[in-house]
Amino acid sequence: MPNGAVMAADDIRRAVVRVAHEIVEQNGGCQDLMLVGMRTRGVPLAQRIAAAIREFEGEDVPVGVLDIGLYRDDLPARGTRVEIKPSELPEDIAGRRVVLVDDVLYTGRSIRAALDALIDYGRPERIHLAVLVDRGHRELPIRADYVGKNIPTSQQDEVLVQLEETDGIDQVLVTERRD
Amino acid sequence: MAKSVTSKPAGAVRPNGKRARAQAAQSDAIDAPGVWQRRHLLDLDDFSAAEIELVLDTADAMKEVLAREVPRVPALRGSTIVTLFYEDSTRTRASFELAGKVLGADVINVSAAGSSVKKGESLLDTVRTLQAIGADVLVMRHYASGAPYLAARESGFHVVNGGDGWHAHPTQALLDAYTIRSRLGDVRGRRIVIVGDIAHSRVARSNLWALTALGAEVVVCGPPTLLPFGLDGSCRDDAEEGSLPPVRVEHDLDRAIEGADVVMALRLQRERQQAGLLPSLREYSRLYQVHGERLARARPGAVVMHPGPMNEGIEISADVAHGARSLIEEQVTNGVAVRMAVLYLLLRGTMERGS
Repeated sequence: MPNGAVMAADDIRRAVVRVAHEIVEQNGGCQDLMLVGMRTRGVPLAQRIAAAIREFEGEDVPVGVLDIGLYRDDLPARGTRVEIKPSELPEDIAGRRVVLVDDVLYTGRSIRAALDALIDYGRPERIHLAVLVDRGHRELPIRADYVGKNIPTSQQDEVLVQLEETDGIDQVLVTERRD
Repeated sequence: MAKSVTSKPAGAVRPNGKRARAQAAQSDAIDAPGVWQRRHLLDLDDFSAAEIELVLDTADAMKEVLAREVPRVPALRGSTIVTLFYEDSTRTRASFELAGKVLGADVINVSAAGSSVKKGESLLDTVRTLQAIGADVLVMRHYASGAPYLAARESGFHVVNGGDGWHAHPTQALLDAYTIRSRLGDVRGRRIVIVGDIAHSRVARSNLWALTALGAEVVVCGPPTLLPFGLDGSCRDDAEEGSLPPVRVEHDLDRAIEGADVVMALRLQRERQQAGLLPSLREYSRLYQVHGERLARARPGAVVMHPGPMNEGIEISADVAHGARSLIEEQVTNGVAVRMAVLYLLLRGTMERGS
């Protein structure tokens, strides 16, 4: 895999709009739908999907924010940020069709934590998973229902999703880890 | 130089103070937001504003957990917390116990009365025994100032000071700062009056460190016999430097309370009168009780706090203690969230990445 940008701003925009269409199509509309973005970069992605749905369906889908810090089983390295923030779910998730949104799907461990976190709030009718990038190398039996782009990587690669809202630029980079 | 120091607001710490020295000795990383590098919570005298804010931000997330129908998360599953109390306590101990349980940890409570301490076991032997049982965190309250430092040095525990002698009660100060921030939005620039027996109060000492670090303008008020010597920075020399941050001192509560955003009353221990520090309780409450008439001099919207337990009618009037401006119950509620944050950061903030 060559180093550098694998998705530019336009690619991200198209992927988000396509995923938004797929979500509405799969669920036969927006009835009972709720998007839940995983902190940090899943949150703007969920908001973009909701904005796209509003554009072509004219319906407002509620967007929640999920922090999985208290549910992780992989711990931060010494000296890294350990911030956890409150989760914010705008409505009761019981009986809803929840679409969990994250930037990169890798080992699946964050998704495992997110499922535990989400289920602590109630019993959704179903949970789907939408990611901007699936880079493979799963360690748990978890798959995404909606994928922006499949990017084959080696485990030495680092996939970096940058978004306007958090990083000032829209792009996806693949670089080789330097260690 | 000295002039510029004294003209700074009370929140400014002398650059050669204890806190500044401690910070200079540590790496820059400690001031980076969101980074936690401590094994123990013993005192707040060397805490930076960024570290305190990390605890308070983490407490926000904990408060969300506490508001759930089933307040339980697996964050500290597999960890064991021991509370070892050599002094009586209701709220501190109960809130640490609940904090640990909400985070999924196991909690063992040991009190000096009813344990081998009664049979003459030394502090260190008790601590080592508890460690041999396999506990990870020791929450300790002791009548001797500095006892938690000894436990931290001589054991492998993460030690949390739950109050030591007259010295420090860091989680109380953190929950006070959290309560002020939650209600008033920010601690910076707020005028906070701490009134009562400052000299014998570990709560006051820890609050002085925390609130000045966060940029509050702190005023302490009490009779001269109940204020620590040299608090206003007027008679400092290098030997005493950093024993407490410099703050404004007032002996007249009516004047101190003028324009206050927060009035924090401290418990008056009745023994102080027997020790000859007070002429009478009646005189004390006439001069230093926080009551409605006095509170009218504070800023509109000012709030009243008390670390508890209260002597209603002595340091605080009953109507103020239970009135609309009182945050006293909120302090207790916030105590659980803040202690969850402390336990979480100590156990999860500094660990190496798992394989």
